[in-house]
Amino acid sequence: MSKDKFSPSRRTILMATAAAVPLVSVPVYRAARADGLEGVELAQYQPVFFSAAEWQFLLAACDRLIPAEGRGPGALETNVPVFIDQQLHNGLGDDVYMAGPHKADAPSTLGFQGTFTPQQSYRTGIKLAQQVAQQKHGKPFEQLAPADKDALLTALQKNEIVFADLGEPGLKASSFFNQMLGDAKNGYLADPMYGGNKDMKAWVAIGFPGARAAYTEWVDQHNVKYPLGPVSVSGKRA
Amino acid sequence: MSNITNDEVDVVIVGLGWAGSIMAIELAKEGLKVRALERGPDRPPEDFAYPKPADQYAYAIKNKVFATPRDAALTVRYNDSETALPTRKWGAFAPGTGVGGSGLHWTGVLIRPTTTDLKLKTYADHAYKRGSLDPDMRIKDFPFSWEEIEPFYDKFDKICGLSGTTGNLKGVIQPGGDPFEGPRSSPYPLPALHDTYNSSLFAATAKKMGYHPFPNPSANVSQAWTNPYGAQLAPCNYCGYCSKYPCLNYSKASPQTTILDVVKRMPNFSYRANANVIRVDLHADKKTAKGVTYIDENKNEVFQPAKIVILSSFQFANVRLMMLSGIGQIYNPLTETGTIGRNYAFLSNGDATLFFKDKHFNPFATAGATGEMFNDISPGNFEDGIKLGFIGGAKIHSSQATGAPIGTSLPKGTPGWGKGWKEGMVDWYGRSMKIGITTTCQSYRGHHLDLDPNYKDPWGQPLLRMTFDWRQNELKLQRYLRDIVLGIAKELGPDSISENFLALDSHWDITKYVSTHNVGGAIMGDSPRDSALNRYLQSWDVHNVFVPGGNAFPQNFQANPTATIGAITLFAAEAIKNQYLKNPGPLVQV
Ligand SMILES: Cc1cc2nc3c(=O)[nH]c(=O)nc-3n(C[C@H](O)[C@H](O)[C@H](O)COP(=O)(O)OP(=O)(O)OC[C@H]3O[C@@H](n4cnc5c(N)ncnc54)[C@H](O)[C@@H]3O)c2cc1C
Ligand code: SF4
Repeated sequence: MSKDKFSPSRRTILMATAAAVPLVSVPVYRAARADGLEGVELAQYQPVFFSAAEWQFLLAACDRLIPAEGRGPGALETNVPVFIDQQLHNGLGDDVYMAGPHKADAPSTLGFQGTFTPQQSYRTGIKLAQQVAQQKHGKPFEQLAPADKDALLTALQKNEIVFADLGEPGLKASSFFNQMLGDAKNGYLADPMYGGNKDMKAWVAIGFPGARAAYTEWVDQHNVKYPLGPVSVSGKRA
Repeated sequence: MSNITNDEVDVVIVGLGWAGSIMAIELAKEGLKVRALERGPDRPPEDFAYPKPADQYAYAIKNKVFATPRDAALTVRYNDSETALPTRKWGAFAPGTGVGGSGLHWTGVLIRPTTTDLKLKTYADHAYKRGSLDPDMRIKDFPFSWEEIEPFYDKFDKICGLSGTTGNLKGVIQPGGDPFEGPRSSPYPLPALHDTYNSSLFAATAKKMGYHPFPNPSANVSQAWTNPYGAQLAPCNYCGYCSKYPCLNYSKASPQTTILDVVKRMPNFSYRANANVIRVDLHADKKTAKGVTYIDENKNEVFQPAKIVILSSFQFANVRLMMLSGIGQIYNPLTETGTIGRNYAFLSNGDATLFFKDKHFNPFATAGATGEMFNDISPGNFEDGIKLGFIGGAKIHSSQATGAPIGTSLPKGTPGWGKGWKEGMVDWYGRSMKIGITTTCQSYRGHHLDLDPNYKDPWGQPLLRMTFDWRQNELKLQRYLRDIVLGIAKELGPDSISENFLALDSHWDITKYVSTHNVGGAIMGDSPRDSALNRYLQSWDVHNVFVPGGNAFPQNFQANPTATIGAITLFAAEAIKNQYLKNPGPLVQV
């Protein structure tokens, strides 16, 4: 490995940039296609899976799972709830083997053995979480103070809220929470075509170049930060 | 739904992954009328043109080109006294489906086992005191010599355009390669991939510590390549969407890029996608097959008559089809009678993640197989295993198979959600590297496959049941390897390290991906008493059925399996062409 690979000149970077661009440079028709879910404004979005009331919970929960405060964009800024709504509407979890019999007390190392689809998990989980918010605070989850929201989410995550005690023995609070958290992270970091990661803001924040998918000139440039911003599958740039 | 009978063919192939594709071209070139049946959809290369596969969520999270558990689940339990439960979601392994099988979206680490790995029983008998290993261990030798099989490894290397650094050319050790590899008849066809930052750091440190690192042997080709069938591959561009993704660049050796484009042009080859084979149909005496039955996309039940049946539907699917068809007798671990289902083995992974505040790894600028590994800790190459009472080893490596952000590891103590998680992603994405192990796994009396009594697939057939758990031999090996990995990790001086190794009381966790390197269940051997297949992958019981795949391995070695699947399939194809066609019948007399 020659020394100069560790300290590329400005010229090398420019050359790499120039070489990388044509590979991903976007035919106009593709840029025009980059509307659809990528162009959605969260405030105007009409959920297709969630009811209006459930949607309020989801917005508030996502806002705590990936909040706006601190460095990097939050879940609402990046349309994470749109992603979740679209995924549930489009059959998220259709690939799971659901035939019975089911064994609820199986060791966790044998994996998911539940009876709830992701859709059912959200419907039931939101209903029960709202019930707890009402019992404890006398108002719905979305109206709680941030610290109370976080405490309630934590209680779900740790199964301190016992869904069985609320009449639902078939679903654990933690599995509802984990489904929602996993989906939120997926929506934050997936390609924007699925409705989340709006304008690739999450990718910009962490330094991931998205769908560029051609790095011949970069594999040898060790410990040099890659300089180009992300490109989406639809050909948009950020 | 109706019953249809197709025209007869010479050879029917069940499953069009690596094993099926190799059989298809080798037997079609011989002039035979060959038809392949594939349960999944067709997957033509144009479906994977840039930028379609550059989509982590679809391919790596939602397993877009894999079989679904809904259609292809099996059941798992730790021992014979338990009720097995279905793999409702994929975790530890994930089989492929569709034309190309898993070979379409594998990683492409194409490495051979060592000469000792192929003769492990002989090595164990010689190196270990009688009684010092688990009495339930059932390891065996592969039924051929290195000299017999090497030309077929060599041929598969050339089919794939193996890229790497030769370590042993005809017995002469070569600089920069693996000094522990078996003698090769010819050098690697292409030079190694370029090292990413993580692998160069790892290799330099491992070397300083006295190990013998070498570049991961790769089927992501480093340069343009034309293979022996005339298929062309383009140089890999380190696109970063490789393991679990189809290649967008015609650079990863797959059945599509190396074989199918060629064989599809031959008039005596045809294939049907969406054709789910439900059984092999046997003649009344159960000594020969008359063909196979499949369900087509319109739910018709179709009988495909054939003179030769190749089961190449992946390790556990092959075993299940044999069981569903009544080929041979299902293994019983109590009496140790029966051969179909015995010697099932999986493998384990483990790793340390090293976080560096001041280093940029650009993890997206990578190929599936980039990395460096060493083989110093493999059977026969180190003495400690004998002293500590375990047999086995691992390839120890730093690889970077993918760098897309979902699932990024963060330092210990980083919150799983909220502001802390979000800022953790900003601070640490692209600032870590892994050092990992891929271990051997021995076979045991109680680890086996059979048919599940409780759960069925959507076609009404019983799921395959897997009985498997970690044994002390494998767990002691993990603890030993952990010390080595952490030793190298500390030497690299990261800001923090997090580790992921099995403890001595671990059970197999089916929720975390390890690899789709399942082996055994219908193994090759010298005797019909304790093996399902002879050395030519021919069923001892039904002589016109051949079963290429990982099912043939009597236990798992630390090398990835596909080089060996390729080699034994080519070896079997040669025997079919040169011996079986002239004189159909058992190729090995006992
Ligand atoms: C993500 C991933 C990464 C991997 N990386 C590596 C690696 O780096 N190195 C390595 O050596 N190995 C690797 N492997 C393993 C490798 O892919 C397999 O060893 C290899 O593909 C097995 O080939 P096969 O032909 O036996 O089976 P497959 O490729 O699985 O093909 C079997 C085919 O049969 C079809 N089939 C199944 N049942 C039926 C039926 N009833 N009727 C009709 N068709 C059927 C399936 O749909 C499939 O297409 C990896 C696997 C995965 C999933
Ligand atoms: S890394 Fe190389 S071989 Fe892998 S998918 Fe990308 S271009 Fe193909």
